[in-house]
Amino acid sequence: MAEPSTSASISVEINGEVYEREVDARRLLVHFIRDDVELTGTHIGCDTGNCGACTIQLDGQAVKSCMLLAVQADGAKLRTVEDLANDDGLNPLQQAFSSHHALQCGYCTPGMLMSATALLEANPRPSEDEARTAIQGNICRCTGYQNIVEAIVAVNA
Amino acid sequence: MLLREVEYARPGSVAEAIQLLAGHEGARALAGGQTLVNVMKARAASPDVLVDLSRVEELRTISVSGDTLVLGAMATYTQIMGSSEVEVSRPILGEVVAQIADVQVRNRGTIGGNVCSSDPTNHLPPLLVALDASFTIRGTGGERTVAASDFFLGVYLTAVAEGELLLSVSVPASGNAADGFAAVTIGRDGTCIVSAAACLDDDATRVAIGCVDAVPVLVQPERSDPESIRGAVTAAALDPPADVHASADYRRHLAEVCAVRAVQQASERGR
Ligand SMILES: Cc1cc2nc3c(=O)[nH]c(=O)nc-3n(C[C@H](O)[C@H](O)[C@H](O)COP(=O)(O)OP(=O)(O)OC[C@H]3O[C@@H](n4cnc5c(N)ncnc54)[C@H](O)[C@@H]3O)c2cc1C
Ligand code: FES
Ligand code: FES
Repeated sequence: MAEPSTSASISVEINGEVYEREVDARRLLVHFIRDDVELTGTHIGCDTGNCGACTIQLDGQAVKSCMLLAVQADGAKLRTVEDLANDDGLNPLQQAFSSHHALQCGYCTPGMLMSATALLEANPRPSEDEARTAIQGNICRCTGYQNIVEAIVAVNA
Repeated sequence: MLLREVEYARPGSVAEAIQLLAGHEGARALAGGQTLVNVMKARAASPDVLVDLSRVEELRTISVSGDTLVLGAMATYTQIMGSSEVEVSRPILGEVVAQIADVQVRNRGTIGGNVCSSDPTNHLPPLLVALDASFTIRGTGGERTVAASDFFLGVYLTAVAEGELLLSVSVPASGNAADGFAAVTIGRDGTCIVSAAACLDDDATRVAIGCVDAVPVLVQPERSDPESIRGAVTAAALDPPADVHASADYRRHLAEVCAVRAVQQASERGR
């Protein structure tokens, strides 16, 4: 892609599956994920990089998918909230969210889960402070955060 | 949100990136995108060509050369926080980038993007002025190095001209110097309302204040006691902007408070 172009064909691995698509350069990654690949678990809250509802993992790092272009993800491995549940149902983090009442309307939850997932992979037994730092970029208008923090800390406690 | 149509290119080297930036009208570098993508959404800027620097590996390195720490323009905040070179040579850099926004922004945002956007509320412009950093810029006409005092020219305006690329930021290793940083922010680790960075080196005191003008304001008090610092800030006759977060008077007050706190932090460390 050394010559400028208004569109490009990209190859992106999402949740272990490779997608090859032609996309407009102006297409945001979050729209690619939701509308082209139809993985609608990733939410759009603010579209300005502030709320974190669109958080996914890109090559193992939590990022806000409304702040990237789809073409920037060419060659990358992405992980979205759909990848968390396993064959037996909810994974331990999701189970902890459920048992700690860490969601009400659930709009922020996919982003919260993806930020928490990145934290727990790097630091399986985070302190409450570390959990708060990890979700600093994720806004929740319902829960007041306390139960979310408790759920994250409880996963491997 | 739908962005205006734009062309995209992803060079693999600095030479290729400069060729693209210089060869296309309306071309702009895309670093972490944590400012530029928002600016494009708001249509405050509409580049015609985006030159994505993410695959230019040579821009990502952090290294020490003699007494100088050299940070590639594409080094991310997360990378700087985890860098042993930074920890050894100038730890304040890691401490301050850890205060920028949140994990997701720190995973993408770069030192080059932070200074090139020259947003008066950004954390790094005042810090790099206090540390007397220098900036290496390359264009088709060659390479030059610019001092921090000549780099920041205005809001969203720097010494990096159209068609040019910021390659790296060089910071002197601490030596005998001790540094401090203080800010009053909107919420924890939020946007700065006023910020100040201080560097105490032997007998010289450098304090750079952010958010009070288009570019950081450097004051160099004679001594490092609180009275001298306040006096030097007052003498700078700041004319800060007013907004919903602070009136001009309150920002002037905060400038003194942050300057004193930053110097105090530095002198506690210097002992
Ligand atoms: C929610 C949120 C909160 C934030 N809060 C803060 C904060 O509190 N403090 C703070 O400091 N920042 C904050 N930021 C901004 C963030 O730090 C950005 O990452 C930074 O300002 C821009 O860096 P970038 O790498 O993302 O650059 P980009 O957005 O990609 O680029 C910014 C500008 O710099 C130019 N540019 C980038 N690299 C180069 C280069 N090598 N050569 C020439 N031109 C270049 C681009 O063309 C563009 O004009 C926040 C961002 C978000 C989304
Ligand atoms: S939708 Fe991306 S941060 Fe809010
Ligand atoms: S549960 Fe409603 S926003 Fe978080």
